[in-house]
Amino acid sequence: MVIKVQCNECGGTIEVPDDALPGEIVSCPDCGTEYEVVSVDARAGRAELRPAEEVKEDWGE
Amino acid sequence: MSTKVSIIGASGYVGGELLRLLSRHPGVEIVAAHSRVHAGEYVHRVHPNLRGVLSLQFTGEDPVSVASKSDLVFLSVPHGASVKLTPKLVDMGVRIIDMSADFRLKDPSAYKLWYHYEHPYPDLLGRFVYGLPELHREELRGARYASAPGCNAAAAILALAPLARSGMIRGTIVVDVKVGSSGAGGKPSLATHFSERFGVVRPYAPAGHRHVAEIEQELRAVSGREHAVAMSAHSVNMVRGILSTSHVFVDSGDMDPAKVWRAYREMYRDEPFIRFVRDKKGIFRYPDPKIVVGSNFADIGFELDPHTSRIVALSAIDNLMKGAAGSALQSMNLMLGFDERTALDAAPLHPI
Repeated sequence: MVIKVQCNECGGTIEVPDDALPGEIVSCPDCGTEYEVVSVDARAGRAELRPAEEVKEDWGE
Repeated sequence: MSTKVSIIGASGYVGGELLRLLSRHPGVEIVAAHSRVHAGEYVHRVHPNLRGVLSLQFTGEDPVSVASKSDLVFLSVPHGASVKLTPKLVDMGVRIIDMSADFRLKDPSAYKLWYHYEHPYPDLLGRFVYGLPELHREELRGARYASAPGCNAAAAILALAPLARSGMIRGTIVVDVKVGSSGAGGKPSLATHFSERFGVVRPYAPAGHRHVAEIEQELRAVSGREHAVAMSAHSVNMVRGILSTSHVFVDSGDMDPAKVWRAYREMYRDEPFIRFVRDKKGIFRYPDPKIVVGSNFADIGFELDPHTSRIVALSAIDNLMKGAAGSALQSMNLMLGFDERTALDAAPLHPI
């Protein structure tokens, strides 16, 4: 099962597995913003996320 | 029972693309592929990709006679030729999707300004729906007449319409398009000779491109306001595809990615052929025509430039698909009551 959380950046839908562990990184399928899982309540279908620190990368300039 | 469709002017690139798509449509029967020049020749001699796909010969029969056997006709003839034929077909009662520019503009005076001719049938202009389903879906449902958009115009409009609708745009919009060689059609010229064209980044219409009229018309329709469009078009070294880069100046308070995302999502939330591409990961982080080739997708993305309060609105389409035959087929599906994705659901190729 997955828990759906809305992306703060683009409004896309992030799917968080209901067995995700705190500290796991999930990302938005639309804009790629990464979030760290803070907590998951599988029974209530709720997940708390916070923005993960992102490392800038060179992607072909 | 299948709907009988025919294509007048089926030997061009758009005609070929229509044949490719229609050959896989379960609800239609292609009754004629018309070409005077190639009459009697097998379709696959001109469109080699259709060998083994369609067993059909071009007909040189009179277009009116072709139309009399059809429920719907695609008119894939040059600008100026359609306007001579269309009134006769309208009188016959056949449904029409015109691929030329002759019925795209609603204001007859715009033809004089942009196409340099007096439109001989101004009363007919209002009867043709502009065939971009993302903007005119409800009008297209059950419509009898539609006019497929210009390829560069389609690319620019799809990226700009949500911003116009949101009321964010200040001042003139600058549109830069880069288009592949198939946008110039199948007829060769010295300028399209391989030695002359290979490797070019050719500014073929730095100003005065005729698609400006369509872009301004459609932005007016979606926003109820006037927007001035300054467009430059370049031929680049690809066969298919368009990248449209539009520079939209806004208030500094609108330099907010969440707000811009919202404008796009509000308009395109349920669109089957719009994909948002503004990704922090992967190689293709913004729209790129390479990634839509062969499909009806319009990939749309944006970036913000706080230095000049500018939104860079990007879109990539396959000019022969979303820019022509794909949008036309999507419109046909709406006109005839089919699921609008029918025969258009192929994923793009990668790598290509």
